[in-house]
Amino acid sequence: MTAELTRGQNHPLPRARLEIRVSAGTPVVAGATLGDEKGTIHGVDRVAHPGAPTLPGLEVSRQAAADHRLAVDLDAVPDAVHRVSVLLALPVGGTGPARFGAVAAPFVAVTDLDGDEVARYTITGLEAETAVVALELYRRQGAWKVRAVGQGYAGGLAELLADQKLSQAHQLAASIHEAVASGLARSVPAPPAAAPAHRPDQGTAPQGGPGTPVPPVSAYDPQGASVPGPQTPGVPRPYQDGPGEPADSGRPSAPTAGGPIDYSHPRRQNAAPPPPPPAVPPAEPGRPARPVAGDASGWSMEERLYNQVWGMFEDLARTTAAYRSAVDFAESRREKELDQALSDPRSRIGGQGDAAREAARSRHGLLVSQAREVLDRDVAQLVAEAEVVEPALPTAFARWDNPVWHAYRVPMEIPMALRLGDLHLPEADRIRIPMLIRLPLERGLWIDSGRSASLDGSFADSHEMRRLGLETAVAHAARLLAVYPAGEFTVHVVDPAGSGAQALAPLVQSGVLAAPPAQGAAGVAEVLARLTQRVDLVQMALRAGAPDALPPGVDTSQQLLVVNDFPHGFDDRAVNQLRYLADEGPAVGVHLMMVADREESAGFGPLLDPLWRSLLRLTPVADDHLADPWVGHAWTYEPPLVPPGSQVLQQVLAQVAAARRSWGR
Amino acid sequence: MTVNMTKGQAISLQKSDGGSLTSVRMGLGWQAAPRRGLFGSRTREIDLDASAVLFADKQPVDVVFFRHLVSDDGSVRHTGDNLVGGVGQGGDDEAILVDLQRVPVHIDQIVFTVNSFTGQTFQEVQNAFCRLVDETNGQELARYTLAGGGAFTAQIMAKVNRAGQGWAMTAIGTPANGRTFQDLMPAILPVL
Repeated sequence: MTAELTRGQNHPLPRARLEIRVSAGTPVVAGATLGDEKGTIHGVDRVAHPGAPTLPGLEVSRQAAADHRLAVDLDAVPDAVHRVSVLLALPVGGTGPARFGAVAAPFVAVTDLDGDEVARYTITGLEAETAVVALELYRRQGAWKVRAVGQGYAGGLAELLADQKLSQAHQLAASIHEAVASGLARSVPAPPAAAPAHRPDQGTAPQGGPGTPVPPVSAYDPQGASVPGPQTPGVPRPYQDGPGEPADSGRPSAPTAGGPIDYSHPRRQNAAPPPPPPAVPPAEPGRPARPVAGDASGWSMEERLYNQVWGMFEDLARTTAAYRSAVDFAESRREKELDQALSDPRSRIGGQGDAAREAARSRHGLLVSQAREVLDRDVAQLVAEAEVVEPALPTAFARWDNPVWHAYRVPMEIPMALRLGDLHLPEADRIRIPMLIRLPLERGLWIDSGRSASLDGSFADSHEMRRLGLETAVAHAARLLAVYPAGEFTVHVVDPAGSGAQALAPLVQSGVLAAPPAQGAAGVAEVLARLTQRVDLVQMALRAGAPDALPPGVDTSQQLLVVNDFPHGFDDRAVNQLRYLADEGPAVGVHLMMVADREESAGFGPLLDPLWRSLLRLTPVADDHLADPWVGHAWTYEPPLVPPGSQVLQQVLAQVAAARRSWGR
Repeated sequence: MTVNMTKGQAISLQKSDGGSLTSVRMGLGWQAAPRRGLFGSRTREIDLDASAVLFADKQPVDVVFFRHLVSDDGSVRHTGDNLVGGVGQGGDDEAILVDLQRVPVHIDQIVFTVNSFTGQTFQEVQNAFCRLVDETNGQELARYTLAGGGAFTAQIMAKVNRAGQGWAMTAIGTPANGRTFQDLMPAILPVL
């Protein structure tokens, strides 16, 4: 219960450890004096002021400020002290007001350490005074009480101190003002356009008024900022903290005086607004800025990195387009000029033709080298960016050899995208762009196990390609399982001939599959029927507008069907079901991953063409078949393979399996 | 300071402090002229389109217009098609941003054109202008006024061409007729 004091009124104090909050519309000096029974101050060491901010049981701030918090521990005050007078004074010199009558009435409140007010007092009726005794804490029959004084002094601090019979009143007053002036000189000026002044209504959070010449961080010198924390009530704590002791200013419930109010939850740092993007250090003159990971827009670091990677992708596509366009133009111009030189009859005589041809070639070379220079500059910048971005990527975006996979934990949230591999262009072989695809997948994947000329010219045989294809599929499936929260992603495997047992071992042995790989025509039919039914049910529920009305037993997690060795073991009915899943599945969370050779399935005729078109074709070996959305370059795709000999896949899958087991329980 | 350009006038895009321009915007703004008479409040909508054609040695290499908003190299960007104009009431209704530093080395001229896609002549357009703005500080470098134009549906506004190490801009203002930039190609070639 707060007591609103009037002048002369007193009020008992419930406890010895208190804070006195001062709030004035303008910077004021706050101090306190320790007096005996008669109010006499015995020496300058009984006055706490900005030049000597701490006394036993008493601490004031070192600067003039619009808001102050004075810490008081009455138990620590010497026994000879019977009165603690809290005084305020206007700083002399400077541009501040010259009298209290010109400013809003100062307000003082006595609070306990939790911020609950005990008493409050607004010092009204001041006119020409420049110093005022605001409050008096005094002993009465062994207990402490507070009295509202409000005694002003037109003669300022010197008169005030002299009134308390301090012999060196004038010298002390001068030294106080000197200390304040040097404190003001130290502090930075307040920003010119301050927020509208919030008057402290309850005194719980002292705030800075406009124009407060106080640094926004802390009005207290860090050395002395040892407001006793609420965490250790009853534990006596010395107020005279030595220099260098860590400041206790991190108390969240009481923002330091003079600073803007922080409305955010002190311990909930992750709530909106998004953290600011990492600051890009200023570029050295003449050189491009050093890249920083996450230097893109987005609400989270993940989104920023995603946008940054796509930005790098677009930049590389466009800068390569500029290079290719310039080279094409240079070549066509050279051909044209050579043709002209050839058709010009004059060139047949003497060396004119040779000179023309030479000129054409050198013009071509000049332009190409210029274009190359620009490309190299841009690629170097992108390489530098990739070097900082790649290590910063979260698991879903990271390569398998990124250390982040060794610190893998089963996530709680679905990531926004998944890395399906790397992309690069022949002109910029040094840089690999992560191929990030948004989750949930919008289309199925087709791992092409067909015979294809790999880029290094060696032809892998079909058996080897099939094995590589399934290995790639396993790596993709494992990554999908790993980046989804436990139980939100289910993988089914169809391996009709059982030929993929070796490659599928990581999935089977770790126990992350919903069921062992289905074998034979019957197994294929059973899995397809189950998934088709799930698609039908979810579609019906969605169309009826009742997605909650699914019958029990329907697995609502995302489903991935890995089909090995298509088309072996598939009849027409199964093929049709597969097409249905490819078309309708992604919308209701059923995805397809085919490991198939298109030529082998040619027996089904053009029936399957729409199926291939609806799937995203990936290859188990590097192959240039993916086009970017801006310019349409053919990008070389590299699958995300686990480094040879690494156990990271097994380790990750073991964690996924453990999480699935504990989740299913 | 804005230069009000006249037909054929050329200005260098070197900045007054010696540095060359890095990024410019060609802005196009217009309003439909109100019709008189019955139903006079029903202004007919006019769709003007700004286009930029990138030339390498008098051969068109790339074009930026409402169906291809970004040049393949990314240096020239159209901010999007505006079908009615007048939204800015004096501001740019369509704009093409050119990052001069990123323009491919073989591109030596960029020609800006304006077409009336809906077929009205410039007589029916009010307050039409084309201006070139230094995108880095928003300063207007040059302004060319279209209003009071004649009975033609297109105009070749200006060209930005390489001059020494930097770029220069030339106001052209040649009237032409055509629905999109393709129709203007014969008219553009003589001004290159």
